[in-house]
Amino acid sequence: MKLLLLLAVVLALAVVGYRLGLTRARSLRRGGAAVHSLPGYYGFYVALWCAVPALLVLVVGAVVQGPAVEALVVSSLPAELQELPDQRLDLLVNDIKNLASGGISSQAVDATLTAAAERYRNLRQIGFASLAVVVLLLAMAGAWWARRRVRPEFPAIGKVETAVKAFLLVGSLVAIFTTIGIVLSLLFEALRFFNRVSLAEFLFGLNWSPQTALRADQVGSSGSFGAVPLFTGTLLISGIAMVVAVPVGLFSAIYMSEYAQKRVRNTLKPLLEILAGIPTVVYGFFAALTVAPLLRGWGEAVGLDVASESALAAGAVMGIMIIPFVSSISDDVISAVPKGLREASYGLGATQSETIRRVVLPAALPGIVGGILLAVSRAIGETMIVVMAAGLAANLSANPLEAVTTVTVQIVTLLVGDQEFDSAKTLSAFALGLVLFVVTLVFNVVALHVVRRYREEYE
Amino acid sequence: MSSADNAAGGRHPNLEEAAVRERLAKRYARERRFRWYCRAAVAVALLFLVVLFGDILSKGWSAFLATEGRFEIFFDPQVVDPRGTLERDDLARADYAALWRQDLAERFPGVADDRASRRELFGLVSDGAGYRLRDMVMDDPSILGSTRTLWLPLDDEVDLLLKGHIDADDPEEGRLLSDRQLAWIDELRQAGDIKMGFNVPFFVNGDSREPELAGILGAAIGSFYTMVITLLLCFPLGVATAVYMEEFAPQNRWTDLIEVNINNLAAVPSIVFGLLGLAVFLNFFGLPRSAPLVGGLVLSLMTLPTIIIAARVAIKTVPPSIREAAYGLGATPLQVIQHHVLPLAMPGILTGTIIGMARALGETAPLLMIGMVAFIVDIPSGPMDAATALPVQVFLWADSPERAFVEKTSGAIIVLLGFLILMNGLAVWLRRRSEQS
Repeated sequence: MKLLLLLAVVLALAVVGYRLGLTRARSLRRGGAAVHSLPGYYGFYVALWCAVPALLVLVVGAVVQGPAVEALVVSSLPAELQELPDQRLDLLVNDIKNLASGGISSQAVDATLTAAAERYRNLRQIGFASLAVVVLLLAMAGAWWARRRVRPEFPAIGKVETAVKAFLLVGSLVAIFTTIGIVLSLLFEALRFFNRVSLAEFLFGLNWSPQTALRADQVGSSGSFGAVPLFTGTLLISGIAMVVAVPVGLFSAIYMSEYAQKRVRNTLKPLLEILAGIPTVVYGFFAALTVAPLLRGWGEAVGLDVASESALAAGAVMGIMIIPFVSSISDDVISAVPKGLREASYGLGATQSETIRRVVLPAALPGIVGGILLAVSRAIGETMIVVMAAGLAANLSANPLEAVTTVTVQIVTLLVGDQEFDSAKTLSAFALGLVLFVVTLVFNVVALHVVRRYREEYE
Repeated sequence: MSSADNAAGGRHPNLEEAAVRERLAKRYARERRFRWYCRAAVAVALLFLVVLFGDILSKGWSAFLATEGRFEIFFDPQVVDPRGTLERDDLARADYAALWRQDLAERFPGVADDRASRRELFGLVSDGAGYRLRDMVMDDPSILGSTRTLWLPLDDEVDLLLKGHIDADDPEEGRLLSDRQLAWIDELRQAGDIKMGFNVPFFVNGDSREPELAGILGAAIGSFYTMVITLLLCFPLGVATAVYMEEFAPQNRWTDLIEVNINNLAAVPSIVFGLLGLAVFLNFFGLPRSAPLVGGLVLSLMTLPTIIIAARVAIKTVPPSIREAAYGLGATPLQVIQHHVLPLAMPGILTGTIIGMARALGETAPLLMIGMVAFIVDIPSGPMDAATALPVQVFLWADSPERAFVEKTSGAIIVLLGFLILMNGLAVWLRRRSEQS
């Protein structure tokens, strides 16, 4: 990696710059001048001027260089090659690149291709060399300029602090850019999908079979994108998960916050939280290879026909995974109910369980509901368990013993493996992703709002 | 007792007294029942935990063992290096399987006559046996011409039989080992020529279609590169964001927006981050598919909110008096943070980081989206090479039809869980230590 080497050189120069600023400030100080800041800050100041502009140019140059060289090579190709359709042209460019790096081309190598590869290699080398020269010159110029500014009255610490604050601000913007990136990438690809398939068909259609025909005259694989079976499948599996997780999680939380002694609670809580720390792929394996055959066996024993990829197996195992989400939030919320409420209830002669059911739980209800909403959103977005244990066929069914598929399963099946990026099939995954994102976002916003309101009430 | 005395001397008729007692008894019974529900819920949750771990351990412990057979290998120069050049290219290309085949054929002299039964006999030994012999010769060509007693890996079906996963009493059509093969295996066992050894290939190989050759090292190295990238990106960014929001950010709408945004980002399904990585890093920026670099980028975006939230809590718990004392001595804001706030908050920040990294290590779905699911035999040598990760390897093996991969999958899960327990243990230890001081 030549780029990494260049990066290392720039960083080494920055270290040299630091030493330069430091020694100059020290010698000024030794000379008896009242230097404004500690010598180290002059060092940092010089190092920043050395590294930051150079690195910015380095990054921009590295990003721009590839496409620029590509465009130059393409423009030097014979005209009939330039007029190829985009996909063929991409293939050609790929071949040129492979040839230039000593690899194998997918088509017959002729003189034009070799010449283009030669040209590509040369341009790449020239491009990198000029980038390196510019970057190194900039680094040295920056260090030289900054070092000249090191004078006793120069407030280096203020400059350094401004720079660091700017870095902190930029860092905190990454989270915002992530959200914007998610929304834009999902929206952009989903819009391309909705250009081909109408929104109404997607949201209300009852038939999901995303295989589109490869040739126009092919029969039977027209591709239909009615996502209702996916939504119902997701709801069914999440519903089963909540049936398992809510009672177990809620009662565990009541036990830990109301009945258990502190020592017991301190061991139980981390133990339960292990369930949340186990990777979901492990749950998926457990669901597919242990729970599903078990359920099938039991079903056979009582004469029920249980599918080997039944919604019940995936949902039940997902429920196990979600228990700690329900229990830890409920535990927090129940513990936050003021002691006075409980004591008033005991004073009226209520037993502990009566107090819990009639006083504590109603008081904690909003918080518990918020916690359950968060758990539902987690169940809807859960991927690996359903990919490994739920079915692929989109059945419109409410029977937990049948195989159903979910939104996340379809996203994975559509996007794993080779794909072309302009078929409705792959684009539909982004539409599903958008639905998933919006639905979980709504759940989260509502849940966080409810939980926060609840906390404010008792604080 | 006193209530009974009261009732006897008071005005209440006995009837009402009895009704009260009955109601009380009912209420107490309900209280006991309720307690039992609660205990049962905890017990059920713990039972799930025990069953899950028990299931994985019982399926997976045998993955660390492999069946080996004893062979008398004559390193025949005629077979390995017929031209006598001792050149590496010639040595690498030789037919090493012929060496152990020779020994096996000598041991069962009647078998070697027809091709079908020869194939059956040689099917008992893994392809890995030949690779191991090749490695020995390549390391030390002077071995040629000598005879050594070696333990070489046997086929995965033999392995399964010895581990008790194949029932020899099943009808012959129902199993992949024939009756004759079973008889040979019995003969070898009685002669003491088959043993269980530590499964070294499982820890030093990359993926393979042959279960007895498949190992987790490639996936582990891929996970390692991914985690390094993730840590390098999300630790500085997470701490920077937390410091900015706690120490510098003005209280306004903009800050509120960042805060709400981070909380929501923490709850976005992980697969959505995978879609982001696919659309932005692969399709827009044209980074290579299947590379740990992209995996690390995606996972760091996913882990960032966790670290930010933990770091903010840690910074918040630093007492304001410490800041004020430092300001009083003339420190600048950045000096206060660098010299006082961050050192005090560091245990909390590190705990949050480790927990976030543990989650990232176990994450699979986003990696599927960016193509880290390919079948990759080579062990990756850098973050730009095509690679998988440990959880993805689990997913890939879980899908494999061979019975022997069930054991390998569970074995890989045990290794993965081992890493996670290590990381979480470290986090707990850090937290305890900082609470004590």
